[in-house]
Amino acid sequence: MSLVLSDEQVMLKDSADGFLAEHAPVAQMRRLRDEDAPDGFDRATWALMADMGWAGVLIPEDMGGVGLGMVEAGLIAEAMGRTLTGSPFLSTAVLGATALVRFASPAQQSEWLPRMASGIALTALAVDEGPRHMPERVETRATRHGNGFRLTGAKTFVADAHVADMLIVSARTSGAATDADGVTLFLVPANAPGVTIDRTRMVDERNAGRVTFDTVDLTGDAVLGAVDGGAGPLARVLNAGRAVLAAEMSGAAQESFARSMDYIKQRKQFGSSVGSFQALQHRAAHLYTETELGRSIVLKSLKALDADAPDADLLVAAAKSKLGQVAQLAAREAVQLHGGVGMTDAIDIGFFMKRVRTAEAMLGDSNQHADRFARLKGY
Amino acid sequence: MEEQVTDAFRAETRAWLEGNCPPDMRGPIRDEADIVTGGTRWTPAFAAQQIWLDRMAARGWTVPEWPEAYGGAGLDKPHAKILREEMARIGARKPIVSSMGISMLGPALLKYGTEAQKREHLPPIARGDIAWAQGYSEPNAGSDLASLMTRCEDMGAYFAVTGQKIWTSGADKADWIFVLVRTDRNVPKHFGISFVLIDMAQPGVEVRPIKLISGRSPFCETFFDDARAEKHNLLGTLNDGWNIAKYLLTHEREMIGEVFGAMQGRPLSEIAVQSLGLDADGRLADSFVRADIARAEIDALAFMATLERVTDQAKAGQGLGAESSILKYYGTEMNKRRNELSMDCAGSDALEWDGSGDAARHWLRSKGNSIEGGTTEVQLNIIAKRVLGLPSA
Repeated sequence: MSLVLSDEQVMLKDSADGFLAEHAPVAQMRRLRDEDAPDGFDRATWALMADMGWAGVLIPEDMGGVGLGMVEAGLIAEAMGRTLTGSPFLSTAVLGATALVRFASPAQQSEWLPRMASGIALTALAVDEGPRHMPERVETRATRHGNGFRLTGAKTFVADAHVADMLIVSARTSGAATDADGVTLFLVPANAPGVTIDRTRMVDERNAGRVTFDTVDLTGDAVLGAVDGGAGPLARVLNAGRAVLAAEMSGAAQESFARSMDYIKQRKQFGSSVGSFQALQHRAAHLYTETELGRSIVLKSLKALDADAPDADLLVAAAKSKLGQVAQLAAREAVQLHGGVGMTDAIDIGFFMKRVRTAEAMLGDSNQHADRFARLKGY
Repeated sequence: MEEQVTDAFRAETRAWLEGNCPPDMRGPIRDEADIVTGGTRWTPAFAAQQIWLDRMAARGWTVPEWPEAYGGAGLDKPHAKILREEMARIGARKPIVSSMGISMLGPALLKYGTEAQKREHLPPIARGDIAWAQGYSEPNAGSDLASLMTRCEDMGAYFAVTGQKIWTSGADKADWIFVLVRTDRNVPKHFGISFVLIDMAQPGVEVRPIKLISGRSPFCETFFDDARAEKHNLLGTLNDGWNIAKYLLTHEREMIGEVFGAMQGRPLSEIAVQSLGLDADGRLADSFVRADIARAEIDALAFMATLERVTDQAKAGQGLGAESSILKYYGTEMNKRRNELSMDCAGSDALEWDGSGDAARHWLRSKGNSIEGGTTEVQLNIIAKRVLGLPSA
């Protein structure tokens, strides 16, 4: 399992960087914000991404995708981190696709995957119920009702909820709120009677949503995988999302670092470039080292997921925890190194700090994953 | 096809190691008596050390990647990796450890040496017959190494060397020393330095061990008073020694980074669980220590992944140079942090000086990690200038 990119992967990375620089640079994100665009992303750009196979990156070819792996998904996300491009990539192409490719019935797959791969159908993963990511704590309930289920509860911080056609929802079908067993995953059409979605615009200008389920009637066909057996599949789906999100954070860290270096090289004070001051040079060198460590652990975790390696869970916890630290350090240092202009809305650097802070909270933050890492290691 | 060849090599290596590695040479190194340096001043602490050294040397496996003509086995990287893996599998110790000849002078000779120099000096290193020391730093030339002043006069038939080196690791146990000397004072400092090889068994060379805060003396001061260096023992050309020194420093930084990064020894979490115990929920009883250790172990994992990535990139022909400074910088800082945490866990047990006193001695010794081989501050300067291209003041 070599930690270098193949020629094909390098090509994908280069084409992703090229595409995003042309079609979805940071300026696009600023424009969407200024226009208060209701979707929070640009549908035309997403259609182009789908044409390039990004929407179907994890979807097999016979379902309309391109059948690549986590490393490739990570490369695309890393590129999007550099340009702060908002899109349904994480929700649909990573979380949704992983859930359906790995755990859905053939009927569910043929209903959803081809349309997801072509960029037409969007999904959202509805897991969190409070301000902190605790996927093992599920109070949303689905009780047996006739041949199906009746769903009641509420979810929060559901990325892309307001644009999703279908929600993947964790609900308790038996046991108490924190029991490991007794959780079931459901595929819930966003327009099902009893589903209410309130758009919540986040600090990074992307959209999440609060979703409430008020006696939503579902047929048995809505169950993803096994009744009461949702915890394992959910963990796998979350890990795919965490590793890809860590890759995006790595891209954002690298870009905010590169912008900071450009800035301190050209900014002059006391008659010389501030980048010549050792006080800044040592911080820059430390930050560079941290971003390189971040890149390594992200790649390692993506490769482990592709290989279904036994330590994949541990490596993903390490990657999400480490990138939380690295990307936030890079973002904070970027604002500080830019001085007063770093505080202004006129330049882009603050956007990186906002995005990284949101990505940090999403799917578990650095502290939670460090704790999970310790637990997995037996302490 | 290629896989069959390596599979066969693995099977053959495994069988040979199982048959030839003495039981006493398996398992982790416990104390100083277990450290085999080779050289004429070293005597085996027990018979198996010499047996293992001779058997491995006969196969060229003390330096598996060196050419056979110089005492190696000429293995390419994949085969050398298989050998390392198979040795690790049975816990076989390296036949020679902490050898400046193998890790430092060897690579320099292979790159810059004449055929005659390679044939004279490499095989005795490979066999463990001759041990080497490194003469770089001086009392007034530490971080600013190129300002070194040890004099080297051309006496016609030979060179005469006079001056003082410091932090010469293992000089009290070495037979030969490779030394950076000043051969021209009238040019900018980097352009008047040469790299010479000196036999230490002569009256003009005196060695005094330096006692460190750990109570041990791994370093020495080495004094040269008209010491004789043969003309044919000049490595590279006259006044071109700084290039060789820089090459070796880069190499040393990678090595130090790797050594500290890959530091054997028990996982921190294991030490902590033993010292502090688990609470009713199966968590480490001190939650502050638990958090510190989790962060340290995550960083260690990210560091190891970086080492792996850098190695794989080098293998794939994408070079690395100044980037190795991140390994030295991070690896040594990480080892210091590891030692601090290990002291946190063990409490007063770790403070006992008598008996083995190992925890305290390791902790104290680790403080040198970010000083030797280029301080942390020098590494950060190098990263800032050579990797990030930040301007000079």
